[in-house]
Amino acid sequence: MKGPGVVGYVDALYAHPGDEVTVRVSVLDPGRRYRAELVRLICGEALGLKEEIVASGVSGEHLGELQPVPIGSYAIVESLPPLGAVELSLLVWPTLPGRGVQSLVSLGGIHLFLDAAGAVTLASGGETVSTARPLRSRAWYGIEARYDPATGAASVKSTPIPGVHDDIAAEASGRFATPAKPEAPLLFAARRNENGTTVEHFNGKIEAPALRSGTVAAEWDFARGIGTTAIEDRSPLKLQGRTVNAPKRAVTGSRWDGSVHDWRRDPSHYAAIHFHSDDLYDCCWKPSLRFRLPADLRSGFYAVRLQAAGPPFHVGLIVSPKPGAARAKLAVLASTATYLAYANYRRRMLPGPFELSMGHLPTVDMTDVLLAEHSEYGSSTYDTHRDGFGVAHASTRRPLFNMRPTGRYWNFAMDLCLVDWLEAQGIAYDVISDHELQARGLELLAPYGAVMSVSHPEYYSLEMLQALEAYLGRGGRFMYMGGNGFYWRVSFDPAHPDMIKLRRAEDGTRAWAEQPGQYYHSTGEYGGLWRRIGRPPNTLVGIGFIAQGFDAGSYYRRTAASRDPRAAFIFKGIEDEIIGDFGSSGGGAAGLEIDCYDAALGSPPHALTVASSEKHSQAFLLVNEEMLSNTRGVDGTLNARVKADMVFFETRAGGAVFSTGSIAYVASLAHNGYRNNVSRLTRNVVERFLDPAPFTLPKPQGR
Amino acid sequence: MAATAIDPKRLDLAAEFRARPFGRHSPELQGLLDTMRRAENCQNLILVSISPGRWVLGERQPDFKPPRLFEDEVFDSLEAGEWAAFQRRWRALTGQELNLP
Repeated sequence: MKGPGVVGYVDALYAHPGDEVTVRVSVLDPGRRYRAELVRLICGEALGLKEEIVASGVSGEHLGELQPVPIGSYAIVESLPPLGAVELSLLVWPTLPGRGVQSLVSLGGIHLFLDAAGAVTLASGGETVSTARPLRSRAWYGIEARYDPATGAASVKSTPIPGVHDDIAAEASGRFATPAKPEAPLLFAARRNENGTTVEHFNGKIEAPALRSGTVAAEWDFARGIGTTAIEDRSPLKLQGRTVNAPKRAVTGSRWDGSVHDWRRDPSHYAAIHFHSDDLYDCCWKPSLRFRLPADLRSGFYAVRLQAAGPPFHVGLIVSPKPGAARAKLAVLASTATYLAYANYRRRMLPGPFELSMGHLPTVDMTDVLLAEHSEYGSSTYDTHRDGFGVAHASTRRPLFNMRPTGRYWNFAMDLCLVDWLEAQGIAYDVISDHELQARGLELLAPYGAVMSVSHPEYYSLEMLQALEAYLGRGGRFMYMGGNGFYWRVSFDPAHPDMIKLRRAEDGTRAWAEQPGQYYHSTGEYGGLWRRIGRPPNTLVGIGFIAQGFDAGSYYRRTAASRDPRAAFIFKGIEDEIIGDFGSSGGGAAGLEIDCYDAALGSPPHALTVASSEKHSQAFLLVNEEMLSNTRGVDGTLNARVKADMVFFETRAGGAVFSTGSIAYVASLAHNGYRNNVSRLTRNVVERFLDPAPFTLPKPQGR
Repeated sequence: MAATAIDPKRLDLAAEFRARPFGRHSPELQGLLDTMRRAENCQNLILVSISPGRWVLGERQPDFKPPRLFEDEVFDSLEAGEWAAFQRRWRALTGQELNLP
């Protein structure tokens, strides 16, 4: 029993026919040989894996190598003037003192760090001077260090910044017998070893580091350059540096007193950078395979399937039409931002009362176990860093363990149910992606008569939302084929174009909570739920997140509104009152995460709720943003609001929206050889939505 | 804080769980499950698919370590794995084996 013997990633999550694709591969198997194929993914493992090998230049046996991962963030100043005696000062807020050696500043042969006990220590070669007083976690300290290579005199001092703790200052001095040369590069929060690898990464915040030596008086102001990788020296020498592996900026610093919450209003309160030993932006692997996608390749879900010992590792990839070359009238919008937010999800493999919220044991496969064995591949935005702070960044420049047709029946693997159904129905479609939507906006959607979401489009940027709104504003038709969509705001940071950023602010069903004062993204955008920001999903798709439960699905029952002539096309040929009392996800089309209509949150008044689910289990709990305080009676057996609403409404511009309100919905499409009422209903909607005849708004009642 | 005791005589609840591990439960079974799932004993179980359709129980480990697998028993369904976890917890919390006909 073992996981894949090879892993990899592609340089971009989407590509067009004819594009060159670069795959970066690390072979864990000692043989270092692997096989690669380009495969078109049609159906996931849960319904019976269907993948087709596509002839391409990548096919065949390859010899690879084990590629290291330079995990851990830091900042670096590459060049400095010649230095003599040096004085270093900085403010630190350690979050894991006492958990191994952690570098604060390294400067050639001089190294300032927290020792294994958490005490501030200056070292040169094997000689050290230490305060011998461990720093407290999550408290600010001023740190000073001096070293004179002429005399060997060395000293260190840590001084607590007055606060609620009662720690005291500590200092020590000595003399190093062997001279060391302070010189570039200057690193904050890590040290380079003799191989050039960064090690001993610091966990915590650093603020206002300064270096004085002769005429050098550098002061790096981390309040400048938030939203970039730059660290700026305020001194005339302008000894600029950069961050590596995307440490978190726009975080509160030593001056923050709660009077400012938007870092742009007074950046001096946000003059710190939070570094983590497990931050990861870029694995920096060497390119292993380069190949060109066939020019006539059809759009779809694809993967570069890598195979050594153990199960294959799928490197997921969306192939969309070239700009101006849309082939179908229907587009499936793959939720690559959400795939990325969930990528490398470790939490379900860690101790905790998982089942109390999920209603079943956590389930993983050997590919997940491989992830657990390799912390260097980074974590998901559902995880926390080693110091307990939430992972707020997710990068594509690393192996992504969830963009595959196997494993957890969720996101990518579940969305293939939709692909499988479209194939079975013979409905022509293109596949496009969040990442391309972010890059191209409305232009990407404009050619399509209808756009269909996948099962769980949870993470959305403002630009993506605006593109969808603009599409609907010009008469587009949108099928929201899932649940808990359009929920969290993410941002695409120009300084890290292959990463999404997230602040789990204020409220919501959260894996962790953002720290006070840090609700604004480094882009300046206010983070959190779109519902709290003023763009509830209800205004876009008529419904919003109401409950979740992961043990079993239920069914929808048609409502009186389903008899409205406006909804006749939806139920054409369907006599059943019960819709979707079957399916491969928990046995019902309404399950996992579900949404409901709520006029108070902006669901259009003319929207028709044509069916609602019922009889959910105790595992289904009302989401906490629906409650002002904890209360009993919020589970699916007691609370009538725990239901998925299937909603339809017309838009002013002649378009329309249809929403299923359930992640599990797509897992019912294939039931009984695709002959079932979920399949029929969905086909009815697709056919009408692709008909260019405009929809008309109903006349307001009472006039 | 001590969890609510589980009554080892309530084999009817164990039978209810075995028959339907997912979905709506009787309030009494749900209470039993909540107690089991809150208890420190056997809380950190996990089901690991070792190949399609084959599962083993494991135990989640602290400090970001991978789960420890119990490879001596392989289950052919999630339901069978859930039942095995239920039996382990019953034994841990009542001190008695759970053997249903």
